Amino acid sequence: MDVEVIIKNLPLYFEGLGTTVQLVALSLGCGLALAIPVALLAASRRWWLRMPATAYIYVFRGTPLLIQMYIIYYGLAQFEAVRESLLWPVLREAWWCALVSFALNTAGYTGEILRGAIANTPHGEVEAARSVGMSQWQIHARIVLPSAFRRALPAYGNEVIFMLHGSALAGVITLVDLFGAARIVNSRHFVPFESFIAAGAFYLGLTFVIAWLFKRWERRWHAHLRPRDGAGGSSATPAPFTAR
Amino acid sequence: MSQPREALVVEGLHKRFGGLEVLKGISLTAHEHDVVSILGSSGSGKSTLLRCINLLETPDAGDVSVQGELIRMRRGAGRVPVPESRRQVERIRAKLGMVFQQFNLWSHMTVLENVVEAPRQVLRLPKAQAIERADAVLERVGMHDRKDYYPAHLSGGQQQRAAIARALAMEPAVLLFDEPTSALDPELVGEVLRVMHGLAEEGRTMLVVTHEMGFAREVSTRVTFLHEGRVEETGEPGQMFEQPASERFRQFLAGTLK
Repeated sequence: MDVEVIIKNLPLYFEGLGTTVQLVALSLGCGLALAIPVALLAASRRWWLRMPATAYIYVFRGTPLLIQMYIIYYGLAQFEAVRESLLWPVLREAWWCALVSFALNTAGYTGEILRGAIANTPHGEVEAARSVGMSQWQIHARIVLPSAFRRALPAYGNEVIFMLHGSALAGVITLVDLFGAARIVNSRHFVPFESFIAAGAFYLGLTFVIAWLFKRWERRWHAHLRPRDGAGGSSATPAPFTAR
Repeated sequence: MSQPREALVVEGLHKRFGGLEVLKGISLTAHEHDVVSILGSSGSGKSTLLRCINLLETPDAGDVSVQGELIRMRRGAGRVPVPESRRQVERIRAKLGMVFQQFNLWSHMTVLENVVEAPRQVLRLPKAQAIERADAVLERVGMHDRKDYYPAHLSGGQQQRAAIARALAMEPAVLLFDEPTSALDPELVGEVLRVMHGLAEEGRTMLVVTHEMGFAREVSTRVTFLHEGRVEETGEPGQMFEQPASERFRQFLAGTLK
């Protein structure tokens, strides 16, 4: 085990860490922003609103992220119209292509998570909102979405971790993210074991931070679901036969 | 003596669900300070009537007016009636406080947040004023000490009292109660009925769909008995309970006393 190679290349790994964090954070942000309208449309009762959103979710969940990224990075450049369009400065850059494909992909998954959560809004709560005279917009903004976000939180935490790991694909299209850094170290020093173990350790650390953040958010946003007097401990049900 | 103003007028209300005609032309008037109990066996259309009044269900025909303002309807696609103006419906709903059988508090909000929500969002009250109002109505229903609780952490009776506070905070012209005690354990019914009794004594206009014969008899100023989607009998509670005019109401009373 050649630890020295890793230590010597730590600056490269940290550069990769920066790229990974930036890419994942930005694509999650854009993806979530896109997922909200997608989910609202997909939960609509009108078929002509529901159809495009459902198709979007189906396509982006139905194809591998790697293929989506290849189509955007390699595929689109094939068309003259794309190369001459205003979007070319963006689509020429690997970084932007990775960001666009990650954001579109996570929007598909997040859209489906949110759609399910919206569909599970207790009907009575929506009726209560209608009965006090709230508009459709207010009902969504104040009742349906806040309640759906809370329900979606655990599943969304999972999606964030998947997105982090999926982002390793950025290393395949020349970007120096964590995986890209590991590939460079490996090709320079022929230490596949050490180089990838090091990258894995960084991913593990990031996952730990994400899981911790979501645990905190759940404690905060799921207060209304905890048993009474529950201090947020591990047990969800109060122990029987305890004296008060 | 001047007649109190009409708070709510329902005329010729019809509602059909598929092949089933639930309301077959119901008319009903509530003057200010009236407490109208709506009785009837299950399937008689009581709840549907209440839900048609604030357009949670759209009636197929008939008129509803609140404080003299008629809810305008028009024929939509496929000749189904739809409200002419969403805005008007929202404005009228804000004047009709609804209390549901299943409470329907917003589960992600505390009791206080539940009560503050509609005055803030719908009436656009400033925050301080909405909280002041919420404090007062929560005091009124005896829930002030529980204002920071989430609904899931309260008993059914407490949730229903919080839901009544939520309706009161809008200072509605008419309160609609849809079987407010039917989902409660027997020992919790009393606390909710006491609050409702107090509201009746304050002179609030109330429409109460209920199975609580005691409440209908002691508290209400009028009783309307529905049978198979029609008003079978209506009148003063004293007279109706002493000498029911219709055979159906007589049978209904005999059945509930068993």
